Amino acid sequence: MTTNAINAIEMRQIVKQFGSVVANDRVDFSAGAGEIHALLGENGAGKSTMMCMLSGVYRPTSGDILLRGERVRIRSPKDAAKLGVGMVFQNFRLVQTLTAAENIVLGEKSSFWRGPKWMKNKQEEIASIAGRFGLAFPVDRPVWQLSVGEQQRVEIVKTLYRGAQFIILDEPTSVLTPGEAEQLFATLAIMKAEGKTVIMTTHKLKEVMAAADRISVMRKGRMIHTVDKAHTNERELARLMVGKDIAAHRELPDRSPGKALLAVSQLDVYADHGRKALDGLELHIREGEIVGVAGVAGNGQKELAEVLTGLRAWKRGSIVFDGRPFKRASVRGAIEAGISHVPENRMKSGLAGSLGLVDNLLFKSYRSKERAKLGFLRIGRNRTWSQSLVEEFDVKTAGLDTPVQQLSGGNQQKLLFAREIHHRPKLMVAVHPTQGLDVGATEGVHRLLAQLRSEDRSVLLISEDLDEVMQLSDRILVLYGGRIVGEMPRGEADRERIGMYMAGLHGEEEERAV
Amino acid sequence: MSERQAAAAVPLEPPKPSSRRMWAYRLEIDPSRTGSPWWMTIVSVLLALLLCGIFIAANGMNPIAVYDKMIRGAFGSSFGIAETLVKAIPLLLCGLGVSIAYRISVWNIGAEGQFMVGAIAATAVTIYFPNLPIYATIPLMIVFSLAAGGVWGLLTAIPRTYFQVNELVTSLMLNYVGLLALDYVVFGPWKDPKGFNFPGTPMFNEAQSLPVLGDTRLHMGLLFALAAVAIYALLVKYTKWGYELRLIGANPEAARNAGIPIKRHILLVMLISGALAGLAGMSEVSGVSHRLMYGISPGYGYTAIIVAWLAKLHPVGLAVSAVLFGGLIVGGYSVQTIGLPSSISNMIQGAILFFLIAGGMLSKFRLRRNG
Amino acid sequence: MELLAQIIAAAISSGTPLLFAALGGILIERSGIIQLGAEGIMLLGAVIACIAFIHTGSLAVTLLAVAGISIALGLVHAFMCVTLRANQTVSGLAMTLFGSGLSAYLGKKVSGTPIPGSVPKLNLNFLDGVPFLGPVFAHLDVLAWFSFVLVVAMHLYIHRTSWGLHLRAIGDNPPTADVMGIRVQTFRYGYVIAGTILIGLAGADMLLVYSPTWTEGMTAGRGWIAVALIIFARWNPVRALFCAYFFGAMDTIGFKIQLIGSEIPSYFLKMIPYAVTILVLMFLGWRSRNKPSGSPQSLGLPYIREQRF
Repeated sequence: MTTNAINAIEMRQIVKQFGSVVANDRVDFSAGAGEIHALLGENGAGKSTMMCMLSGVYRPTSGDILLRGERVRIRSPKDAAKLGVGMVFQNFRLVQTLTAAENIVLGEKSSFWRGPKWMKNKQEEIASIAGRFGLAFPVDRPVWQLSVGEQQRVEIVKTLYRGAQFIILDEPTSVLTPGEAEQLFATLAIMKAEGKTVIMTTHKLKEVMAAADRISVMRKGRMIHTVDKAHTNERELARLMVGKDIAAHRELPDRSPGKALLAVSQLDVYADHGRKALDGLELHIREGEIVGVAGVAGNGQKELAEVLTGLRAWKRGSIVFDGRPFKRASVRGAIEAGISHVPENRMKSGLAGSLGLVDNLLFKSYRSKERAKLGFLRIGRNRTWSQSLVEEFDVKTAGLDTPVQQLSGGNQQKLLFAREIHHRPKLMVAVHPTQGLDVGATEGVHRLLAQLRSEDRSVLLISEDLDEVMQLSDRILVLYGGRIVGEMPRGEADRERIGMYMAGLHGEEEERAV
Repeated sequence: MSERQAAAAVPLEPPKPSSRRMWAYRLEIDPSRTGSPWWMTIVSVLLALLLCGIFIAANGMNPIAVYDKMIRGAFGSSFGIAETLVKAIPLLLCGLGVSIAYRISVWNIGAEGQFMVGAIAATAVTIYFPNLPIYATIPLMIVFSLAAGGVWGLLTAIPRTYFQVNELVTSLMLNYVGLLALDYVVFGPWKDPKGFNFPGTPMFNEAQSLPVLGDTRLHMGLLFALAAVAIYALLVKYTKWGYELRLIGANPEAARNAGIPIKRHILLVMLISGALAGLAGMSEVSGVSHRLMYGISPGYGYTAIIVAWLAKLHPVGLAVSAVLFGGLIVGGYSVQTIGLPSSISNMIQGAILFFLIAGGMLSKFRLRRNG
Repeated sequence: MELLAQIIAAAISSGTPLLFAALGGILIERSGIIQLGAEGIMLLGAVIACIAFIHTGSLAVTLLAVAGISIALGLVHAFMCVTLRANQTVSGLAMTLFGSGLSAYLGKKVSGTPIPGSVPKLNLNFLDGVPFLGPVFAHLDVLAWFSFVLVVAMHLYIHRTSWGLHLRAIGDNPPTADVMGIRVQTFRYGYVIAGTILIGLAGADMLLVYSPTWTEGMTAGRGWIAVALIIFARWNPVRALFCAYFFGAMDTIGFKIQLIGSEIPSYFLKMIPYAVTILVLMFLGWRSRNKPSGSPQSLGLPYIREQRF
């Protein structure tokens, strides 16, 4: 256990529910002064939720928070700042058009007039804080001109400038280059030496071992274990993080996959702001095969799905589907070729919330002869067709004209699947298909995916839920940095190895870790 | 501040009373409420009349007497009703035009200018082909006005789709350009030489005028407007194209996912929107004034915006609200006899739009007790 | 040279209302609220100024009356956009339609009556000796001088004060501003009201200085040009000054061309400011197709505080 008599931070029996979803289930957590504490877990393990309660973004459903041994109630980020808690979020809370210094002094009420002299004094003060902790960035430049690493330093200095004693970093290294991460760890060591409490959430084992003093591992909303770094190793942490309990294996009948369906080679795709999102990607899918793509968000999953469904253009490389090469990005082309799409955020890009069920079911098929004739929709026919789909897929709704935004998440997803499956696609690109669904609805989605496979259709399943990927996939690929870094067939997949690949640990490094 | 003091700054019990807790209830958006109930429209109109009544009273008149006079003027006699319907024709055509654009969130406020150029183009036929028979003149006038209005609409749509220019500003600027073009022709080259300097073209002949009903001023434009409403109703509800517009309006990103080319739709919609307003201009010169003249429109294009909004873009609603606002314009004229300006109807129109959007938003809220 | 100086003088006189309206719009839009009601607010400002001036003859009372009606309109717009989160575009449109209707109604009695008196001029006789631009600035009215002061004051306010910093944060990233303890909604109310006062003043200036007789719809789209000016000026008050005078010059240049004895009908010359507005907007759109336009990043998005459960 800890050497400190009083824990600087103590969270007791924290429960956090969002609606019916339990994000944190009776979690105990503590960290001492002068300590770097890593909170380790997969995406969705509940780490960030815990930290958001500490920084006043959320309020716990039940449980106590103690700072320096005293019970406190943190109602808002302002309260948290007063109590000396500062958090550096994964999505920075910076105003892009303001300079670094302006962002840091933002919210300060003193001195209405801020001439060049005042600003200069502040900039010097900020520079001296930054210098003390080894955080270099240009203080007088607008934030949008700074690199992501520099922006993070601005965020850290913001908390220090406001006198934070407890500093929380949410996935700090996910946006950093290895060199920048090294620098960050040096900064954390200085904070530690000054007696501050540093908590960092992460899923990267290597970094935990490099930077932390103590490590707490969370999984599925629960605290699994807290351990001193000296008494553990990467392998043990990986096992704790992903768990041994392989969730009940879905029995997929053995079948030899058919002929090649999709061949992607040397594909380079750029994201919206010119970042290279896919870097020479190679991907092959055969008929009747579910291919799971595991990986941490932001490694090119979104762009992969978009390029295959015709939403995004590619820079280099080729996509051959069903024997025909894609000529250019065309959504209609992809639909007509037989590629269906379950997008990541169903209400944002998959469904039109204010329209009824019939209109939402027609999305992709309204051009076909069965649904429309001479430019006119076949209203009556489409209604009976919609009714039959609603019944077949068991969508619970008050009626066919109910706006779909009034349906529950599970029923919305069923509706979306009904639309995407009924026209017998050759390939379905499903992105996080069970996100935000409860157990029953998740099971339903999985059953549908398995059914597609049994009909000799293929699925590209992109998901952050490792259990899901492992349960359903014939082959599992791991996407990291825009490339497939690991591939294993169903039988040989093991969570630990996938976890390592996902965390960017591959090849010989894995051997060294043993 | 020491750390101890800092920790005490937020005591556990009792919670610090903050100014935000002054109210026992708060308004909150209720996600399950999508549209506003039908009575909200009526309440909005009544509240607008109440507000304007205050202004009328401030002007030293009895608002009830004024409203009574307006209603009688517009709907109290067969002459009044015919006049109301005459005014409803351009309102309905322009209102239809802007409704199609609003369906996909393109804020076309340029119906006034599109109306003007439509009127000019129709008149051009009478100037340059003066001696054609009726079966050639009228169709030609229609085609010219549709084309001119459509081009005017495209002048708004092209900057919007290819140059990211806000269509509100462009379409409004084009209203003034259209208005000046009209002034130019009626004060300049097309001015009737025998008109005692009246700013207007020579009167149209029989072949250039739309047939009228009996001895009223109600003309065949009414059939154009009703046909356009019917086609609109048919298109938006029953066709693939209407479905695509519905999708773009409800969720553009989802529409993109369904493979619908949004830019092309904006261009087409603005073309149609402008063409309808252009047709309104043609029916006004050919059916009512029988000449192009200065001040041909008392702001039909602007009133059309409110017509569309009141109708919630619904075809039947459009017809009803066009008649209502036609009545408002006629009623506005009729109160001139008791010394009130006819612009009273413009004031009422603006107030109605205000209360409509406020009411529409309010009905999405619910009152929640602060807990 | 003489002609150029004349054009500049005319540009200032017709550009000042545009400048006031653009400055007001900048203040409102910097806080993240779209303001499209300028045309209606200007008309109401003008008609109220006309009525008040004819009845009282006092410039101070007139300006107070204009401020009063502007505050009322600003409150309505803020209530719609900030509290009710209504569509800001439509709320502005409603304000334009309501403003032109109400102003026409209120102004019927004073229509065509010239106002008694005028805005005092600041006579700086020593400037008369300065060649070229001296005479232009020697006899400007106080409202024009006020607009110069306002440009400088707004520039300093936005870039040199703590509240200015808050304003920029509110318009660009309200959630961050809120987390940093800035009261987003309160400030938005304040800026919408303050900006509306300036737009109302623009209408008053137009009536008191530029064309001292009320006529229905006298702003003739200037409110909308002011909206476009905000975009040209990239939400910067100093740039707004130059853009406003540029458009003021466009407004008068047609008149000047006629004086030279051109054959072009005046109607086409009057189209110049409108056509230029569209063309400049298209040019800006084309030039900034891949980069930020300088608009506040949260413009038009109602801010809803994240529910803290």
